[in-house]
Amino acid sequence: MKKKLSLFWTFFKIGSFTFGGGFAMIPLIEREIVEKKGWISQNEIIDILAISQSFPGAIAINSAIFIGRKIGGYSGALLSLLGVTIPSFSVIIIVAKLFSYFIDISVVRAAFKAISSVVVSLLIVAAIRVGKTCIKDKISPFITIIALILILIAGVHPIYVIISGIILGFVIYLFKIKRGKTG
Amino acid sequence: MIYLDLFLTFLKIGLFSFGGGYGMIPLIERELASNSWLTVQEFVDIISISEMTPGPIAINAATFIGYKMGGIPGALAATTGVVIPSLVIILVVYYYFTRFQQSLIVKQTICIIKPIVLALIIQAAIFVAGNTFIVEGKEIRDLLNSFSLSSLIEVFNPVTIIITALSLLALLLSRIHPIIVILGAGVLGVILHYAGLL
Repeated sequence: MKKKLSLFWTFFKIGSFTFGGGFAMIPLIEREIVEKKGWISQNEIIDILAISQSFPGAIAINSAIFIGRKIGGYSGALLSLLGVTIPSFSVIIIVAKLFSYFIDISVVRAAFKAISSVVVSLLIVAAIRVGKTCIKDKISPFITIIALILILIAGVHPIYVIISGIILGFVIYLFKIKRGKTG
Repeated sequence: MIYLDLFLTFLKIGLFSFGGGYGMIPLIERELASNSWLTVQEFVDIISISEMTPGPIAINAATFIGYKMGGIPGALAATTGVVIPSLVIILVVYYYFTRFQQSLIVKQTICIIKPIVLALIIQAAIFVAGNTFIVEGKEIRDLLNSFSLSSLIEVFNPVTIIITALSLLALLLSRIHPIIVILGAGVLGVILHYAGLL
């Protein structure tokens, strides 16, 4: 029981102190879970973070569920999920309450305009980071460009593009394995 | 029934959001266009708020939209919806992972979806840039009729483009934490407002 409460509290801290979403959480997850608690080894955490990014959902949430399940069973998974979710849930409720009072003030609008200009940069940085990790073969850039054309110009729903992308990815992957084995 | 609507919409978003919160932006954008829960401006504001508040963007956006549409029960419905796919999928993955330890295959799967994730993030960047750079009430189409430097400045807000360029350099070339860049930009926005530039 003590361990499960400790899971909740650890992920509550991770959820409270990471600004800017999943990628920003990775160093904190490593410090808390691997170094401080020693719950999981460095090698394992690399796998867990890889899994968290390969499946749908936020990285922080996925890794909280995986680590919680490993350390504390199903209730551990649920407690970790609650721990990582409750801080942002509560903060956003307060922000949402105040938002409508402030957002139409012209100086607040100007501040938000400047901030969303930085958000554009953050998205570009994220795109560069994703591009660097896996887009090394010749076919990946084409998949990206075709996906962009389909979503932006043809107006196809992103969900269909995602599903086709997964199927295509697996076909290419299987093709590579087959070729690797025979050749 | 708004609560069920919120729950199901965010369940769908949670199920298909590869690449974390940023990859979710085009999905939410598409949903909002069809049910008019939020304006484009409000959604861009929520993305900005998500960058300034702790926690994953997915939770922030779901909670905010849910709260706006249905108060605290709405926020609970949307947030529950967005995390349930993660909970189910990760528990299933855990089951297989611990039995087979196929970490190599897992690492391959990331690369399978990455080209699409990249497209989704680029689309999110274009979406936010469109809202930020283009002056309210203007459209790129306005440029086609009369293209000149003055019409370019009328349609695009040069101040926001400069802030993006400078912050991009800061983020790429230094190790400043993004939250500092964001807060700095907020202060800069206030100063520029009183200087009559923004």
